[in-house]
Amino acid sequence: MTEALIAALFVFVLASFAGFEVINKVPPTLHTPLMSGANAISGIAVIGAILVSGANEGQVSVILGLIAVVLATINVVGGFLVTDRMLQMFKKKEVKA
Amino acid sequence: MSEFLPTGIQLTYLVAASLFIVGLKKLGSPASARQGNFLAAVGMLLAVVATLLDRQVLSYEMILVGLAVGSLIGAIAAQKVAMTAMPQMVGLLNGLGGAASALVAVAEFWRLMGTSQAIPLDANISMLLDVFIGGVTFTGSMIAFAKLQGLISGSPVTFPLQQPINALLLVGFVVGSGYLLVAPENLPIFLAVVGVSLLLGVLFVLPIGGGDMPVVISLLNSLSGLAASAAGFVVMNNMLIIAGALVGASGLILTQIMCKAMNRSLVSVLFGSFGKAGVSGGGGTEDKTVHSIDPEEGAMMLGYARSVVIVPGYGMAVAQAQHSVRELADQLEKMGVDVKYAIHPVAGRMPGHMNVLLAEANVPYPQLHDMEDINPQFEQTDVALVIGANDVVNPAARSDAASPIYGMPILEVDRAKHTIVIKRGMSTGFAGVDNDLFYKDKTMMLFGSAKDVVGKLVSEVKQL
Repeated sequence: MTEALIAALFVFVLASFAGFEVINKVPPTLHTPLMSGANAISGIAVIGAILVSGANEGQVSVILGLIAVVLATINVVGGFLVTDRMLQMFKKKEVKA
Repeated sequence: MSEFLPTGIQLTYLVAASLFIVGLKKLGSPASARQGNFLAAVGMLLAVVATLLDRQVLSYEMILVGLAVGSLIGAIAAQKVAMTAMPQMVGLLNGLGGAASALVAVAEFWRLMGTSQAIPLDANISMLLDVFIGGVTFTGSMIAFAKLQGLISGSPVTFPLQQPINALLLVGFVVGSGYLLVAPENLPIFLAVVGVSLLLGVLFVLPIGGGDMPVVISLLNSLSGLAASAAGFVVMNNMLIIAGALVGASGLILTQIMCKAMNRSLVSVLFGSFGKAGVSGGGGTEDKTVHSIDPEEGAMMLGYARSVVIVPGYGMAVAQAQHSVRELADQLEKMGVDVKYAIHPVAGRMPGHMNVLLAEANVPYPQLHDMEDINPQFEQTDVALVIGANDVVNPAARSDAASPIYGMPILEVDRAKHTIVIKRGMSTGFAGVDNDLFYKDKTMMLFGSAKDVVGKLVSEVKQL
């Protein structure tokens, strides 16, 4: 295995632990927003898509990469906006409409 | 100047990763959740802009068009979707993320095929992992979406030889992958491996029924993160690896919480489809009588109670009755009744489903109580009003060791002085188990669609 791969594995494992620590004990009220917010973050694949299609090597590769860009961006933008829409509704006190 | 660029990009990634972590942390508390979501979004924007500056990126025009198209579709979808359709929306977005991650691997494979150099072993393993996780996430989420949207039956779909076929496909994937590790430059085999992954995703979610959806949705959420991480290994980019790992961890935590709330292991949710084994619930079919009442009587009981606990379930979501429920609660409060809501962790089709619906109806979240919190209070409650919930209030989970849901933590509505159950008919819940609660002397049944019945209750209460 290459050194780069080992380094990447370190990053992966440590980030997973950070994730467990940070997200533990989320109140049930926020389960859905947490999930859709995290979901938006998983759209980070957009970066991989940009790198692959941006390399501009081979038509098929570029086209597949561009499709990935579109799908991941829908994931990102849709995810963050819908989470925000949900969170707007969570209120401590009643608000007179 | 240009030699500082790569460092700048890496540092921007570091900032973005920190923003993700801080954002997720803040998403864990109601007061700061909106800010947390915003910070995560800023992190994402930074990461995307930094990546566009990467020297590897040669062609911008099409990428910018792709980003614009995706943003537009995403923004419109987020605006248009109804709150009741949130489980489907989350499922769909999960699927798109998984698809994008898998496509990164496929595109990279194609790119490497085009070059003269051999595909290195570690890149190959990463690509195969990415294709597998991303592919399963994509088609699995699409099936979950179709089930939740009602495009296909929400009940478990099983067919003969299901497990052997799954095992065979898995073996096929492993053999294909093994072959590719030895002889990487083989496009047909690679595509076959992609196909098998997609098929496995379909077969994995198909046999899982609607009531288990909270578990499946959380698990797919976790997988979409892991897929992104795998894509990070493919293009060797820390940003993807970190963000993916964070999402993977958060999804896994939610999956655990959901499994615990059903007292089922992940394995039994995934491989033992519920309510199929011809369950003869509880005491069999000796005559048991139900007390059915009309809305007028129901309104009387509620209006003159001191305390009422409302227990919503999937039935409320289906009937979109959340606004009527809130109206009823308002009326009761005007009459001096103490109204609370009791939320079971797996009520509905995704984690926190009921909370979102009630928030949409403007119910302040401090009025919603968790299971541990509310259960000791039922004994002092005059009326527990169950709206479209079934298995999560079935006392058999506590008393009947033979019941398939035995051991599942429930909301103990049977301990309240009276229980009113709003339900469409006497059918069993998702687990396919008869509910003894309905036959108890102090339980009154109000038959009808949640929205109609609650609407009638509101007008009857007004006349008291």
